[in-house]
Amino acid sequence: MEATIEVNGLRKAYGRTVALDGMTFTVTPGRVTAFVGPNGAGKSTTMRVVLGLDRVDAGTALIGGRPYRSLRTPLRHVGALLDASALHPARSGRDHLLWQAHSQRLAATRVDEVLRLTGLAEVGRRRAGGYSLGMRQRLGVAGALLGDPPVLMLDEPFNGLDPEGIRWMRGFLRTLAAEGRAVLVSSHLMSELQDTAGHLVVVGRGRVVADTGVAELIAAASADRVTLRTAARTEAMTALARAGATVAVTDKDTLTVDGVPADRVVTVLSEAGVPFSEISAHRATLEEAYMELTRDAVEFRASEVTP
Amino acid sequence: MTGLIRAELTKFRSVRGWVVGCGVAAVLMVLFAVLAGAGTSDTGGPRGGGSLPVGPDGTPVVDGLTLVRQPMAGDGTLTVRVAALTGTALPPPQPGDAAPPGPASPTESGPAAAEPWAKAGLIVKAGTAPGSPYAAVLVTGDHGVRMQHDFVHDLAGPTDARWLRLVRAGGTVTGYASVDGTAWTRIGSAPLPAGEVSAGMFVASPPHEEFDQFLGGTSSMGGKVIATGVFDNLTAAGLPTGADWETVTFGDDPAADRPDIGSTRTGDTFTVSGAGDVAPATAAAGPKLEQTLVGGFAALTVLVVLGVLFVTTEYRRGLVRTTFTATPGRLRVLAAKAVVIGAVTFAVGLVAATAALLVGTAVRGSGGYPVSTGVQIRIVVGTAALLAVAAVFAVAIGTILRRGAGAVAAVVVLTVLPYILSVAAVLPAVPAQWVLRLTPAAAFAIQQTVPEWPQVHQAYTPAFGFFPLPPWGGFAVLCGWTAAALAVAAVLLRRRDA
Repeated sequence: MEATIEVNGLRKAYGRTVALDGMTFTVTPGRVTAFVGPNGAGKSTTMRVVLGLDRVDAGTALIGGRPYRSLRTPLRHVGALLDASALHPARSGRDHLLWQAHSQRLAATRVDEVLRLTGLAEVGRRRAGGYSLGMRQRLGVAGALLGDPPVLMLDEPFNGLDPEGIRWMRGFLRTLAAEGRAVLVSSHLMSELQDTAGHLVVVGRGRVVADTGVAELIAAASADRVTLRTAARTEAMTALARAGATVAVTDKDTLTVDGVPADRVVTVLSEAGVPFSEISAHRATLEEAYMELTRDAVEFRASEVTP
Repeated sequence: MTGLIRAELTKFRSVRGWVVGCGVAAVLMVLFAVLAGAGTSDTGGPRGGGSLPVGPDGTPVVDGLTLVRQPMAGDGTLTVRVAALTGTALPPPQPGDAAPPGPASPTESGPAAAEPWAKAGLIVKAGTAPGSPYAAVLVTGDHGVRMQHDFVHDLAGPTDARWLRLVRAGGTVTGYASVDGTAWTRIGSAPLPAGEVSAGMFVASPPHEEFDQFLGGTSSMGGKVIATGVFDNLTAAGLPTGADWETVTFGDDPAADRPDIGSTRTGDTFTVSGAGDVAPATAAAGPKLEQTLVGGFAALTVLVVLGVLFVTTEYRRGLVRTTFTATPGRLRVLAAKAVVIGAVTFAVGLVAATAALLVGTAVRGSGGYPVSTGVQIRIVVGTAALLAVAAVFAVAIGTILRRGAGAVAAVVVLTVLPYILSVAAVLPAVPAQWVLRLTPAAAFAIQQTVPEWPQVHQAYTPAFGFFPLPPWGGFAVLCGWTAAALAVAAVLLRRRDA
């Protein structure tokens, strides 16, 4: 089966509230696709629709070309983590995985494998009610991995993780994608997915706002911003302005240069004989790139409130 | 499907509270059996000794009558007119009263209307042992002419006839009745063993009893009654020529020892007085066997709560999404949950009911209405089935309502409450009977051991242990409710977002 998630034209309304408004995107194998947007943008609803939990008014959602409800043992095709706290507190983590394994006709040994894989081997036989939020997230990931599925879909897996847990989760997601799986990870905090996501699907108000590669996005957001440290501030400003750059003073001896790439800045300053002690090309964080991308959408929303 | 059932079974057994709940249900059942048994021994009423005779088909019976008889070796015919049938109520026996009550004294009420099921008529009876086969045609106090045989069989004849005829031919006895002694109506026939039998006139009268189940309680009052029948125009064929009529009283009824029971003959008129009844037994000294299963309502309460929680905790925790993600076929999930809850509660119920029956019987000792092995199996297996189907009903209600508190309340109000209100005589008889026809609590009829007989006057109301529906009929009502609830749950499951 092809490891893809194809979402096409999903529409869903709760009464007069539109939850999904033509949601369309595709998740391809071999990379982590970040599914981001503010709370209420339709991320969780989309995931529930993909999993056949919620009905839609229009549109289709396919896993490897097939509707989820047509899958006989779906956990062997898609691993999903929707809500890590969806546990019976009196049931042990191991039993929580065991009943899922039975439902997919998976061996009980697979349960112990995923417990080891997620670092829960020690606590698997304890009541899940006593688990920390981080342990619950790991248990949820263990459940998603149970059927060794080619497609993974995780809703806010970073919630409640400590810094060490966040680092573990990032590495884990990268590994899963490197194994050739299609991995869709939703988040409302872009920074969590730094160095993890290879692709970005940004949603707002039930539809896709942007669907782009992370590398291109960061390159675009970082475009031609250089930080310059120099004692000859005035001379540098004059020379760079002549070369067409926009220069701003950020400190006594620090300038931020926009509109001219770093190598051109070096050439201009050298030709003008202006000394400088440090020059660095600025690289935007994923967070900044995301903010840049969604600024228009946010402004649009603000303007809508006050016509 | 087997994988799914294993999954649901794993869910059930991995929550310790639910497993403990099953144990609590079983313990409650046995505890109530002990309490019921101990409670009855405190009453100090007649217990043990008086075991009931059984009729030809094994039904426990009472067999008390006054018979004026002659032997009949082969075929024969008896014809007689019942000129009168009256009753005399006796004062209730005083405890510690050494002297037996004397003959009818002025303090006793004089001749009055006979009991509705007082009997005077013709009978052929094989042997004198209690419970021996017979066939009779008779006039009753208030139910017209009847043809009855072997205790359990009862056919209605003309209501206003006074002339009776009994014809024995081969192995068959046929009963006739007539208003005027010339035009005869055949009522029916009955088999009777070949050989010499007793043939003659008999009188019997069940005791006078009044029962009432009203709001908040029951009452019953009554006393022994002697019925007196006056027979004339007797003609007989097939009897020994010139033999005398012999008067015999059957039954161990204390009233049978009274001197005013017997017969007198004036010319061709016979006056016969008798007490007791020739009919199936509807009660016996000592408790009924189903009282050992009185804890059924407590076990039911616990198990329906488990059935509800098995579903509603998944909704409360959001776990239902994990379940439906693993198995998108929601109806299969519902089916698997029903199978698991049904099987678990059936097993618990079977163990609990068996233990309660054994422990309860041991505590209370012998006695009571005799119950055949088949009926014992029916009440034990039926109780287990009742608990199991009710728990499945709870699963369906839990699926429909999705909230634990509401679903528990709904199921308890529909199953446990109607049973308690009816059987504990909080409700009057008629509403109680309707409640036990319409609500799932009708299934408790499965525990009834004493059958109802139309030819026996009894308080056939829930407070006295009689359900308005037959055992499996009552059980079918619960099954109907459960099927309907499952259907609604299935429709909602398919339609709703998880």
